[in-house]
Amino acid sequence: MSEPDRTPALHDLGGAERFRCTAVEPDEAPPDAFGKRVDALRQLLAQRGLMTVDELRRGIESIPEAEYFALGYYERWLRSLAMLMVEKGVVTEADLA
Amino acid sequence: MAAPPRPESIALLDKLMAALSAKGIVTEAQIAARQAITDKASPEIGARMVARAWTDEAYRDLLLRDGHAAAEQMGATMAGAPPLGVLVNTPTRHHLVVCTLCSCYPRALLGYPPHWYKSFAFRSRAVREPRAVLAEWGTSIPDNVEIRVVDSTADFRWMVLPQRPAGTEGWDEARLAGLVTRDALVGVGLPKAA
Repeated sequence: MSEPDRTPALHDLGGAERFRCTAVEPDEAPPDAFGKRVDALRQLLAQRGLMTVDELRRGIESIPEAEYFALGYYERWLRSLAMLMVEKGVVTEADLA
Repeated sequence: MAAPPRPESIALLDKLMAALSAKGIVTEAQIAARQAITDKASPEIGARMVARAWTDEAYRDLLLRDGHAAAEQMGATMAGAPPLGVLVNTPTRHHLVVCTLCSCYPRALLGYPPHWYKSFAFRSRAVREPRAVLAEWGTSIPDNVEIRVVDSTADFRWMVLPQRPAGTEGWDEARLAGLVTRDALVGVGLPKAA
């Protein structure tokens, strides 16, 4: 048996070296209209039993690395929501094309 | 500053919403109503909870025993939210809340998390060098005070109960609540009387 891969998953940022010298940007701006809309949609889909927070995370965490760090926060959420709704057959790929 | 969403993301949201509303699953009116509820959540509710806990022993007990009940007593809507734990700062222990894996935050109580809470830098550094991170807020914790960093998760959320500052003897609840900022509730700041 080979040694297990101990590289942390992409989203597992606790203690990650790559941000060691990055100051925390003191950005206090509230989410923009897009972010608030995605946030409200996420809450409603959860209330309707169409997704859980763990599924949301799985969707976010499956975004390829280059996009994970390039997309905005609520853009990552939206990508996950869209993927989940297609996976579950709630909407179709064609609906989103 | 957080970058604005790209046009393809705005288009994707519009298409997803159009499909969901055509199927009668989510309407624009429901989105607006839900947003109004989220907009109403605010660190001010957390601040009032802290001020009452400082002045009312029975409320403090409730807060430590059942965060949801204590929050709802102050007007928060907690239904459907994960449990809320309360971390008590003492003269020898300070707490800092972070979500290293994503951005778990007591949204139902404090509202939208600030951008910095979700930033890669905060998530990675808070557990590694919390004193250096706190220094960026101008928050200095003496070396003889332990800093305990608590990971907020999808299943359990936290807020900090800071220490009541000296020099506030006799202050009423409203005046005390005015000292408690969102930063103090997350643990990056401290309430100050002066």
